[in-house]
Amino acid sequence: MNQEIIQRLKAQFPDSIEESDEFRDDLTLRVKTEDIVKVCNFLKNDHELAFDMIVDLCGVDMYRPEGRFEVVYNLYSLKKKKYLRLKILVDEDNPIVDTVSVVWSGANWHERETYDMYGIKFKGHPDLRRMYMPEDFEYFPLRKDFPLMGIPDSLPLPRK
Amino acid sequence: MGLGSLQHDGFMTTRLDKVINWARKNSLWPMPMGISCCAIEMMATAGPRFDISRFGSEVMRFTPRQCDVMIVAGTVTYKMAKVVRKIYDQMPEPKWVISMGACASSGGMFRSYPVVQGIDLFMPVDVFVAGCPPRPENLLRALLELQKKIEKERTIGKLVHGERIHIPETGATEGASTSA
Repeated sequence: MNQEIIQRLKAQFPDSIEESDEFRDDLTLRVKTEDIVKVCNFLKNDHELAFDMIVDLCGVDMYRPEGRFEVVYNLYSLKKKKYLRLKILVDEDNPIVDTVSVVWSGANWHERETYDMYGIKFKGHPDLRRMYMPEDFEYFPLRKDFPLMGIPDSLPLPRK
Repeated sequence: MGLGSLQHDGFMTTRLDKVINWARKNSLWPMPMGISCCAIEMMATAGPRFDISRFGSEVMRFTPRQCDVMIVAGTVTYKMAKVVRKIYDQMPEPKWVISMGACASSGGMFRSYPVVQGIDLFMPVDVFVAGCPPRPENLLRALLELQKKIEKERTIGKLVHGERIHIPETGATEGASTSA
């Protein structure tokens, strides 16, 4: 099944799949950042694969000079009972990725959460507001350079 | 006629403060500020086994306008702190606060950026309850401690001697901050 997924994708997008990794029958693909929406669209609408559900979408801060952030897409195909993981790299200077909420609307809140925690912006997202933190909060708490106890005075408390 | 003779006819003499405090302490209507798992124990306290109504506090009101004591049961985040404080401000005087559990009292195990490290940083607290979550007995104990505290308060004396009841400023949610 994993080889079939790779072959079908490579036939369609010869340059988009940069790397593949298999661990205990779980397939992870590294996708070219610019091509994520078109790959996702194909994965969802292809009759053989039919990855019709986005289980999770999250960010990772690798804290390295090149390609600091990753966005991870966990997909599931109800038809094939098969999981698939996609990863893309995001630069620190220009943390903008195309939204996949146009493909699966379930990605809407996941992308908002990723934006809230890592500051990765999703281009074309219908409503990219913060998810957990107050809207006027200026930092991104799950970045590795954010201190555990927060930035002093960044979150106002009511006066006693 | 001395006061002593009255007592035989079903009368007693006492201070007005005492009567008012007696009435207040035995009908503390709680504001159930249940914001996480402590709320489950608070509900158990209200149930038949532990039965908070034995102490006159069974009337959980979901409008702050009718409440006397706020039971803050759960983790208070910075985002939620504004809401908790607003509801506290909407409760009429006299009012008291029970901080139930480790999270509300000190941030508990959540020593991290979004959680307020103790609700006493932004509102007054009368009784702190230890536990994670506290057993219902522990919450009842807190209520009894609060009743003892209320017994000693000055009520009518405050008015007679011109002491003003403290009314917190309204709209006091902006500006102040804490170093986390």
